[in-house]
Amino acid sequence: MSSAWIVVVGVGLATIAIKAAGPVLLGGRPLPRRLTGVVSLAGPALLAALVAIDTFGADRSLRLDERVIGVGVAAVAIVLRAPVLVVVVAAAASTAIARAFA
Amino acid sequence: MARSYRDGVRAVLPLSVAVLGFGVAFGVLATSIGMGNLAPIVMSATTFAGSAQFAAASVLADGGAVAAAIAAGVLLNARYGPIGVTVAPWLQGGAWSRFWHAQLTVDESWALAAEPDGRYEPRVLLAAGLGLYIAWVGGTTIGVLIGDVLPSPDTLGLDAAFPALFLALLATQLRGRRTAWVAAALGAAIALALTPVAPPGVPIIAAGAATLIGLRKEAS
Repeated sequence: MSSAWIVVVGVGLATIAIKAAGPVLLGGRPLPRRLTGVVSLAGPALLAALVAIDTFGADRSLRLDERVIGVGVAAVAIVLRAPVLVVVVAAAASTAIARAFA
Repeated sequence: MARSYRDGVRAVLPLSVAVLGFGVAFGVLATSIGMGNLAPIVMSATTFAGSAQFAAASVLADGGAVAAAIAAGVLLNARYGPIGVTVAPWLQGGAWSRFWHAQLTVDESWALAAEPDGRYEPRVLLAAGLGLYIAWVGGTTIGVLIGDVLPSPDTLGLDAAFPALFLALLATQLRGRRTAWVAAALGAAIALALTPVAPPGVPIIAAGAATLIGLRKEAS
């Protein structure tokens, strides 16, 4: 088996197991009450982390580039209560335009 | 009113375009580094996680060890452990149904399925996940078989589409929740602080520690 296939099978099996673990083992039952406060904050904490890394992350460093313009435009659109579709398209378009002129 | 499968499809359509673009890019990259034609498509169909696949492929491309490539991919997907726990209570079907919902849970479908009150809507999760899956595997196949048909995702600004989406969905979860603001600020700070020093994937997991402030709140 080539190294590419070993990686495909290794990452694939591990990912399938990681994704399945919570829903298969804990699914359909309410969480213990003590954990509900923690789990309800997973959305805000992880989404904010994804925003931060997708905006500033570049491999193992932080980088300021045209993505910041797109995310800034998105933030303005969100404050103006634009629909999500408009937010996403405005972010991509403004980043693309900024790059074209960079 | 509970959202439907249709709501999930509608929400995911614009995003699927971006995911398709990155799927093409992955297919092109993977074949260019000698992964062959079938392996990249099988990887997209089974792993179904963009950042992990790019990371594993780039370790291989740099001549890294197989174990290092696998570790890079697995680490980037470790966040799906806690993410799976957040959706688990809302999946009412049998074990197989929960298994398939879990496989279609990726950052974007998870974020779209979140309700402002902390619940997750399984119909949106499934429909959005399926839309992303078709775009990702389809994009990879196009990239492998046809090659560079689209301009690079970065030229189109598609890399900014994802943080914009996450920010929009984050905003819906912050309204009127002070602890949520604190958790979000902490999560972002942890992620940024660790990005230069920890392997990719670790900063997001560590950001999950911000949720522990929910414990304190319960105790007081």
